[in-house]
Amino acid sequence: MSRTPAECGEALGRLRAAAAALGRAVRFMEVCGTHTVSAFRCGLHSVMPENVTLLSGPGCPVCVTAQGEIDLLIDLALRGDVTLCTYGDMMRVTGSSGSLEKARGRGADVRVVYSPMDALALAAARPDRQVVFAAVGFETTAPGTAITVLEARRRGIGNFSVLASHKLVMPAMLALLESGRINVQGFLCPGHVSVITGSEVYRPIVERYGLPCVVAGFEPLQMALGLALLAEMVRDGRPALENVYRQAVSADGNRRAQQVLREVFEPADTTWRGLGTVPASALVLREEFAPFDARRRFHLLQRHVPEPPGCRCGEVIMGVCTPAQCRLFATVCNPTNPVGPCMVSSEGTCQAWFKYRRTTEAQAAQERGGIAAMETGGTRRAPGSARDGV
Amino acid sequence: MCLAVPGKLVEREGGEGTVDFQGNRVRVNTMLVDDVKVGDWVLVHAGFAIQKLDEEEARATFAVLAEMAQTEQTGEQDTR
Repeated sequence: MSRTPAECGEALGRLRAAAAALGRAVRFMEVCGTHTVSAFRCGLHSVMPENVTLLSGPGCPVCVTAQGEIDLLIDLALRGDVTLCTYGDMMRVTGSSGSLEKARGRGADVRVVYSPMDALALAAARPDRQVVFAAVGFETTAPGTAITVLEARRRGIGNFSVLASHKLVMPAMLALLESGRINVQGFLCPGHVSVITGSEVYRPIVERYGLPCVVAGFEPLQMALGLALLAEMVRDGRPALENVYRQAVSADGNRRAQQVLREVFEPADTTWRGLGTVPASALVLREEFAPFDARRRFHLLQRHVPEPPGCRCGEVIMGVCTPAQCRLFATVCNPTNPVGPCMVSSEGTCQAWFKYRRTTEAQAAQERGGIAAMETGGTRRAPGSARDGV
Repeated sequence: MCLAVPGKLVEREGGEGTVDFQGNRVRVNTMLVDDVKVGDWVLVHAGFAIQKLDEEEARATFAVLAEMAQTEQTGEQDTR
């Protein structure tokens, strides 16, 4: 099946028709860094009807990782006997004492890997080193970590361990809704998290909160169609769960991956930047895999670290403020000198805005004022809904 | 970070295989997709095949993902 511009135009036409029939402002949220970037790359925001907004929620694993966790990684990396392996995105996120990149500059052995299996191979080749894999990521990434831990146990590689910071998207979406701080009328659900979880995982959002959910892929047509379906469901007052990414996402997901996750990990409470502590939203290693758990092996205790002064990443992650509303955005905070994690990660909302939607400082200031006026004007908020923005 | 890219499985041996991404060949782990065979299209994330795909759909639907993966790599070098 080919994806023609005509099909895209048709999806956008449906979105416009539904938006016009609504006659009021609606806000939808995606919770996937790949959606964030894809929407900007294809110019989706600029062709959407004026009364439809697509917000970015907590969809970037690097961005939601608490500063205390970054500090743990830096402390570990600075131990003389540890080789720390991580995905590239984590290198420049700052904790309270610099970043992993800076730690490497101070002599720490930090390696960027493509896969946890690369870290395991390194451990096998260097039995004299303690090799620790910094395991961040959502449901899409966690099964690979699980397979790697199983493989480490099977091969008896005793100098390998993981510092698991895996997080689960669905508990975060529920926490966001429970917080009462967000005002959204539907979710564009993540494509590749859903490959693992299956689309049915989002049903409680439809049933408990009466909000429509559409699982969508990343090409322009998929996202436009997802938004059109959301707008139509809001227009008709019939929230449902839809899946337009059936090429990759089934109702039940990847059962083998789910089984491996259950075998190796158990759910635990964890801290999300912006959201605070979210119950059962992390995956930690089960007791029987304790020998491969870096937290246990190195007796690591996570400290609470306050956010950098002035940084509004927490609010950006929750979709209650836009990057342009943060005074640090494009002034002291930019991709070369990022203050907060949303500017560090290539999938962070602030970096996406900086790359694709940056305005001059004066325009940004004007926009700050303009958005503030809109937020207090009341026309963009449903009656009785939680106040958004601060 | 949850970016996954489609490619064609060209070799398989036990729980591992080689996936061809438009001529670029990469070793991947196939233990999360039990029933794949050589010639199948798979979605690959961080060195693991996470889903089997229909070939025609893979080609048409996923061109954008391959493009994004490329930009992500070059983009990271840019910010260094």
